Amino acid sequence: VKPNSNRIDPPGSFKISDNFRSYSGLRRKKNPILRSLGEKESKQQSKKMSSIGTGYDLSVTTFSPDGRVFQIEYAAKAVDNSGTVVGIKCKDGIVMGVEKLIASKMMLPGSNRRIHSVHRHAGMAVAGLAADGRQIVARAKSEARSYESVYGDAVPVKELSERVASYVHLCTLYWWLRPFGCGVILGGYDKDGPQLYMIEPSGISYRYFGAAIGKGKQAAKTEIEKLKLSEMTCKEGVIEVAKIIYKLHDEAKDKAFELEMSWICEESKREHQKVPDDLLEEAKTAAKTALEEMDAD
Amino acid sequence: MMDLNLDAPHSMGTTIIGVTYNGGVVLGADSRTSTGMYVANRASDKTTQLTDNVYVCRSGSAADSQVVSDYVRYFLHQHTIQLGQPATVKVSANLIRMLAYNNKNMLQTGLIVGGWDKYEGGKIYGIPLGGTVVEQPFAIGGSGSSYLYGFFDQAWKENMTKEEAEQLVVKAVSLAIARDGASGGVVRTVIINSEGVTRNFYPGDKLQLWHEELEPQNSLLDILNAAGPEPMAI
Repeated sequence: VKPNSNRIDPPGSFKISDNFRSYSGLRRKKNPILRSLGEKESKQQSKKMSSIGTGYDLSVTTFSPDGRVFQIEYAAKAVDNSGTVVGIKCKDGIVMGVEKLIASKMMLPGSNRRIHSVHRHAGMAVAGLAADGRQIVARAKSEARSYESVYGDAVPVKELSERVASYVHLCTLYWWLRPFGCGVILGGYDKDGPQLYMIEPSGISYRYFGAAIGKGKQAAKTEIEKLKLSEMTCKEGVIEVAKIIYKLHDEAKDKAFELEMSWICEESKREHQKVPDDLLEEAKTAAKTALEEMDAD
Repeated sequence: MMDLNLDAPHSMGTTIIGVTYNGGVVLGADSRTSTGMYVANRASDKTTQLTDNVYVCRSGSAADSQVVSDYVRYFLHQHTIQLGQPATVKVSANLIRMLAYNNKNMLQTGLIVGGWDKYEGGKIYGIPLGGTVVEQPFAIGGSGSSYLYGFFDQAWKENMTKEEAEQLVVKAVSLAIARDGASGGVVRTVIINSEGVTRNFYPGDKLQLWHEELEPQNSLLDILNAAGPEPMAI
């Protein structure tokens, strides 16, 4: 069987014969040096910025020779294409905000919610494929309910994040399931105080002071790092999150967006709620003013 | 002679008590396990460990209460591993309640769960026959508890010290043993607080004698040869 290096793959094309050959090729033991050479060549020839794992990216149950599972990485890219989601842990609670890109002017404001309550004391903000996100939220709700019915107490946020992460990871183990194309920021307030977790499509879940996913995540993370979170109350946090989202929204690429925010703090009686309308308006005004000041410079 | 019925299932007539104090809980129980009229075990331990910081007092059917405790110990062990920290008393009580309620037709056991956790401090939960779970400042159970309701109404007060609480428990179990035929033997107590668990043992013959109770005798001959009771003076 010829190694792939002799063929030039036009980017984006998908020939059945290609895949058939490379799939069957995987089953036979190949010279690993030739194989890696083949991959490098196709990377250079490809016009895409990201690497193509030709042949090793067809199934989530396949590792590439350099130890990556490409399907999971592609799933993460789906998340990167969505509107930014930001979450921060302030000293008295959690604030989450979503840059909801409006697909059509005919959509009702307030519809297509991206932030959902998972239980009284926890909420989830979703980025990526919306339908996949709905599944994860449903699973989280069910896990929280079942924990409470067995153990008689509200589910600790750490436990909930582990269960959700385990479920997301499950879908990366079987060839007949595809990975979730969405990342989730889970914020909750339990006996151990406010906690923020982020769950990625790979099933990794870490605890954060501040987290961001989606288009503007890099810029958002830089902005979050500038904040002094341990001294900030949630009321101030709401304004800061709004400023961050307004700042990193790219007017050129995406037209309009709607800001959706939620919080869990002492003021909301440790329950996950939408940020009250008056505070939200205040935040939006502050964010717009901050933007204008920046532009004026 | 009365039929001893040695084939009857082991039942713990029992007196069990759980009391909160300022900083933790004290659990106490007698030690008699009976098979009909025969005392199968006169030194049983009715206070069973569920986790490092939660214990349960068992009453009713000996087998049922043992099996329920074993299951809950197993569940709590797994729960502790998942959580990464000790289980709370509330969760322990709820797991016992799940088993007691869902199997109410088959089980006959009343339990008192007591322990200490860092969130709520010392807590006592009573789980009587049907599978109710009730959080209480103190709880009593078993056949001997009938004789203690009035006593506790008068004697229990909030924010006792550890020593006061333990003395209360020992006194109460001892009173119940004096009146209830299905309770007897020794008094075992378990004190649980932030520092850990302390188990104490009070032998039956060292307990205070109550109204009309006789001194324990080493030999029947002593009783036979003793002087009779004084005639009543008018």
